[in-house]
Amino acid sequence: MSQDLRTGRRQWMGVAAALGAALAACRKAPPTGDASGRLLGAPVRDYGARSPFETDTRAIADTRFPETWSSRTPLQDSVGMLTPSSLHFERHHAGVPTIDPAQHRLLVHGMVDRPTIFTMEELKRLPSTSRICFLECSGNSSSEWGNKPGRTAQQIHGLASCSEWTGVPLSLVLNELGVQQGAQWLLAEGADPCRMQRSLPLAKALDDTLVVWGQNGEALRPEQGYPLRLIVPGFEGNVNVKWLRRIEVTDGPYMTRDETSHYTDLMPDGTARQFTLMMDAKSLITYPSGGHRIKPGFCEITGLAWTGRGRITRVEVSVDGGARWSDAALQAPVLSKAFTRFRLPWRWDGGEAELQSRCTDETGYVQPTKEALVAVRGVQSNYHNNGIMVWKVDGDGGVTHA
Amino acid sequence: MAMAVSLMRSLLASIGEKQPLTHVRGSDGLAQQPNRSPERKRVGLFLCLHLLTAAALLAQSPKYGVGRAPTAEEIRQWSISVRPDGKGLPAGSGTAAAGKETYANRCARCHGAHGEGRDSVPLAGGVGSLTTPTPLKTVASYWPYATTLFDYVNRAMPFDKPGTLTTNQVYDLTAYVLFLGGIIPENAVIDKDSLPKVQMPNRAGFVSDPRPDTGGKKK
Repeated sequence: MSQDLRTGRRQWMGVAAALGAALAACRKAPPTGDASGRLLGAPVRDYGARSPFETDTRAIADTRFPETWSSRTPLQDSVGMLTPSSLHFERHHAGVPTIDPAQHRLLVHGMVDRPTIFTMEELKRLPSTSRICFLECSGNSSSEWGNKPGRTAQQIHGLASCSEWTGVPLSLVLNELGVQQGAQWLLAEGADPCRMQRSLPLAKALDDTLVVWGQNGEALRPEQGYPLRLIVPGFEGNVNVKWLRRIEVTDGPYMTRDETSHYTDLMPDGTARQFTLMMDAKSLITYPSGGHRIKPGFCEITGLAWTGRGRITRVEVSVDGGARWSDAALQAPVLSKAFTRFRLPWRWDGGEAELQSRCTDETGYVQPTKEALVAVRGVQSNYHNNGIMVWKVDGDGGVTHA
Repeated sequence: MAMAVSLMRSLLASIGEKQPLTHVRGSDGLAQQPNRSPERKRVGLFLCLHLLTAAALLAQSPKYGVGRAPTAEEIRQWSISVRPDGKGLPAGSGTAAAGKETYANRCARCHGAHGEGRDSVPLAGGVGSLTTPTPLKTVASYWPYATTLFDYVNRAMPFDKPGTLTTNQVYDLTAYVLFLGGIIPENAVIDKDSLPKVQMPNRAGFVSDPRPDTGGKKK
């Protein structure tokens, strides 16, 4: 169906274009259609801004403590795989510090042969690398555990974004300093007022963790950790420590506040899972989604899929409440631990519909239903809800949380 | 060691008469300036001999040589983190009795007069609630280590003015919150030796991550 639709559309557009050209040639209108002429546009400027007609913003729920709060990415309007730095989600614990990069230092010490203090300039002298990867707070979609679901993709799932990050592999830094026998973990600490800190297994640090200063072609934004942060591809957002100032190599975890009282997942039997760092495979239809209104006829269904375990290999979409599934096209490049954009052409016939997507990653893991998650974890675990998201299309084209 | 061997190979090769004037690359991928002096033969042989003895040293040396060594004092000042075994706890001490007033002045506005929560997270109560439909996660009911409490108050509290409490005030407040939770008596002295020994009610409540626990992962 989709192939026929696309071919038919292309043919019709070709006919329309030819017709338009013929009509234009027949008329003897002046080359400009405006007798009063046209005003000059704005001059060149030193730093760009978006069109005044574009109004997308991060969403911020009401709070008395905006310094320890979050803002959410408008996923329902996202295009492509990258999130603009200005719309990247935020989660801070003591506000955004203002840090002069000339004064900033990174101390790496503990179980290393050569403890070292780096300036920003010194870190940037090291061989660097860039990588596109997603970042997701493990508390994303947590409203889905409860009975008060959010309305839009942004409100429910907006604690996820995807950027290109540039910096130095942490493995290079650690190898340069010489990791000692017996080291198993490290502690990463920020320079924000609360000195946010998390423990990270050394194996992950030596695998693909980065110490970055660049985001999407320029310096990190202050709210993303300027001038220096950790990027731990595929692991929960909180361990991607911002405003990074200290790394201590250790033989065990420090059991910090944010890896004991928070970011642990309470199970129905009263035990809590700890160091639940991996972000499981998740997908989400971003258009049409909650708050949108669609018209009968052609509608391209599109969305995002990602997994902390590598690449997305398949996204299936259902428009009939899960009775039948079709494979969506995956937009290249499909990168490991990055947002993958998927698309499926659809013709809405004006009747009620239930839209949902289900992704599979390269380990064979298939995104579960919410019911499957709840059956194992109950409803009090707060974090790591990667269940299938269902959007309901009403007869008038309005889209809501199913 | 591999780098040293590779360097030797490059230099030995450069002794030959037919080597083209191109740059060489070490095993570390670094582009290197070719040695093209008229005396390169002699210099090359000389370097080879010395590289044999220097090889072991090279293997231990940093490749990029960037950054500087911190002083012991710098490390001490920067590292305030406290481990469950008490490593990192400073000298000083406190009691709940002494912490009552500081708590009322600096903490109660957000955490409530009795640690019940108010505008921020609750600190006391909830013991036994974790298996109920309304679990209350507090220091008393949930936190596995008392050392974490000292560490967090010391680094991050009070929320609007972190870093303004003295070490003894942090010990006092740690003791007071543990007292509010019914974990220690009011006059128990909390210091770097006694705090790691405090038994938290939910110490055994944490398990490692068993995921993937859903998703029909194919073997």
